[in-house]
Amino acid sequence: MSERLDQSIPDLVTRFPEWVRLDERAGYAGFVVAADHLITVAWALRDEFGYDYLSSITAVDYLPEDCLEVVYHLYRSIGGGALVLKVRTGRAQSRVPSLVHLYPGAELQEREVWDLLGVHFSGHPDLRRILTWEGFAGHPLRKDWREPFFEEEVKPYKSRWPEGQPRRIEDQNPYQNNLAYPAGFDAESWTPDGDEALYSTLTRGTGQNGLRTDQMIVNLGPQHPSTHGVFRIVALLDGETVVDLKPVMGYLHRNHEKIGERNTFLQNMPFTDRLDYINSMSNNFGYALTVERLLGIRPTERAEYLRVIMAELTRVLNHLFAVGFLLNDLGAFFTPMIYVIEERELILDIFEAVSGSRMMCNYFRFGGVSRDLPAGIEQKIRDLVFDRLPRKIEELDAYLTGNEIVRARCEGVGVLTAAQAVALSTSGPVLRASGIPYDIRRADPYSIYDRFDFDVCVRYHGDIYDRYLIRLEEARQSLRILAQALKDLPEGPILAGKPQHTVRVPAGEAYGRVEGPKGELGYYVVSNGKANPWRYHVRAPSFINLTALAEMSRGGKIADVVTILGSIDIVLGEIDR
Amino acid sequence: MKIHGFGIVRGLWVTFKHFVTTYIEDVRRGPRFYKTPAGIEQRRRADATGIFTVQYPEEKLPVPEEFRYLPFLVYDENPDGSRAVRCTACGICSKVCPPQCIAIVRSSDPATGKSVAAPAEFYIDVDICMNCGFCAEFCPFDAIRMDHDYEVASVDRLAHHIFDLNRLLKSAAYYARIRPTNAAREDEARAAKAAAKKPTPETAA
Repeated sequence: MSERLDQSIPDLVTRFPEWVRLDERAGYAGFVVAADHLITVAWALRDEFGYDYLSSITAVDYLPEDCLEVVYHLYRSIGGGALVLKVRTGRAQSRVPSLVHLYPGAELQEREVWDLLGVHFSGHPDLRRILTWEGFAGHPLRKDWREPFFEEEVKPYKSRWPEGQPRRIEDQNPYQNNLAYPAGFDAESWTPDGDEALYSTLTRGTGQNGLRTDQMIVNLGPQHPSTHGVFRIVALLDGETVVDLKPVMGYLHRNHEKIGERNTFLQNMPFTDRLDYINSMSNNFGYALTVERLLGIRPTERAEYLRVIMAELTRVLNHLFAVGFLLNDLGAFFTPMIYVIEERELILDIFEAVSGSRMMCNYFRFGGVSRDLPAGIEQKIRDLVFDRLPRKIEELDAYLTGNEIVRARCEGVGVLTAAQAVALSTSGPVLRASGIPYDIRRADPYSIYDRFDFDVCVRYHGDIYDRYLIRLEEARQSLRILAQALKDLPEGPILAGKPQHTVRVPAGEAYGRVEGPKGELGYYVVSNGKANPWRYHVRAPSFINLTALAEMSRGGKIADVVTILGSIDIVLGEIDR
Repeated sequence: MKIHGFGIVRGLWVTFKHFVTTYIEDVRRGPRFYKTPAGIEQRRRADATGIFTVQYPEEKLPVPEEFRYLPFLVYDENPDGSRAVRCTACGICSKVCPPQCIAIVRSSDPATGKSVAAPAEFYIDVDICMNCGFCAEFCPFDAIRMDHDYEVASVDRLAHHIFDLNRLLKSAAYYARIRPTNAAREDEARAAKAAAKKPTPETAA
């Protein structure tokens, strides 16, 4: 953790001497809070010390010490570093007070921690499983939980080398031999629960204009073209008006984090590509940054510039793509989309020439990047940045911004106020469109972003139209950063030290976050000094931004829910992980 | 908001320009705009206008040198025509592989039973391979490299999707053809290493 950050941290130990102590383990930082007093401490942090933004909640299973540790990362929405809170609880009887009433943004994250690690949050209004299904046995991120095709605790597996067995995993461990049923379970007589538990969590309204109206539940998805993937929205409707709404996810869940804990540190890099598969370069960025923090190394100068160039190109393509999809959701079927895909293809051509793959770039390494720019590519990037992309962004602006249908459908729809946006832990363009000028590149700078001249875009209506305008404006700002980075791009090595496939990471924890195109992308990695991470958590921006979906949709029409979802800009690979 | 429709008309004008440009470009570029490498190259330049798409499979985009698809094993051709497989079965590719799709059996000398630095069998489960390129990146013998051939569809997953040594081996000449600058750089580095190892006549004397 940086020095700048330490200065601004309040002295919680003096304030709450009996409940709070410093986390003094080597490589760790933050405060350990007694579980019973967490709410009081969090209350003071929010209302006295200004930590109004609860960015990330996760937990770690310290199996050898027989305890679970819930980890909170809090920030001030005016900028600055993290304040880390930790709460320890037993593995058998885990109980931690829920922070949902203080920080509504905790809702989905606490459900995730309950689902994957089995920490019970008392006081949570809707503590159901979220990523796995209701009938799932166990909590998969606990260290003693094993997946059906379990082979070994960590990679590399001995069966591949030196034993050299080319057998498929399903032959080694065929279906029906890889299942474990709970004691006393009879598959013949079992009928799965319906969706009653889910439906009962919807808040019924009182009817409109004093009329006693009948309210009905409509399921949108999981197979629906406008949900951008396998995503389901359960909406309670009064006529066409949305009374309440719940997002239901997990249909694409593959337990990315468990895979990450089986992998070695480097092996995780290509897996991060598959989180938000539109923006693999930014995903690499966040992970590389986090592990470099643990390793205590810095990338070389040229690598820093190459990273920024790739990350900003990613932002341009993501924002163009998001605008195209938003227009799809508005019913302008695929014409705007195809226009922006042209630009995306040209950017992907660059990624392909540099990294070898259009979408699954796997370009970043600890201490640098994997390859230098091949001959002629720098000129291609210049052609795009200085000529084509500015022209095309202005064309898109002329094409869509003044369109009366776009304005009628977007202005004043799906409004999120500034207070709600912060409380619900939204990030990225959603947060900035609601009037909070919070951009991690400025608020808590990483890499070399402090060297560039660019504006943090902010708009104040918090509606779909502002989220659309923010994306266009951010694409323009990215081009400004790109122009400066291309001008200053130094010569030199692209990797600090030799290429290494097995890095020895000192024991400790690190939380690294980048301003991804969709919002704050954070990685929480715990190392115990071995070749594999003990804990690997991803704070996925589109997952947490969905906490605000119900707030934006209530009182609106069902047809607008599709557009509101489009304006959040989600990717299911990242939500479900 | 009053709807005058000027914004819609302005947007339609953009669409109309796109529509007309495709025909203007077709007429201007002539028939050589399609199905020629120069035409395909023109359509993906930063100043490209008009038709942007490529009619696969009649037209194929050229892949850049760094493009990676599936891994293959490189062998050098001996003067007598036999194959010298570069792989020494050291297992680094197998260990660094994120989805663990590479399985290697080491060779042993039939007379002595001692292990030999060559693979007896080498398998890659291409269903699991995630095309990350780590195996090629960390191979110390330039023996495993990423291929450009992306048309590998087959009708039977169980029969064809675990590639064996026979399927994986490709010549160094093929490698030099798909990745000329990489191959030249690596050959040079290997030659320099060999020269450093071999005692020169002066030092031997």
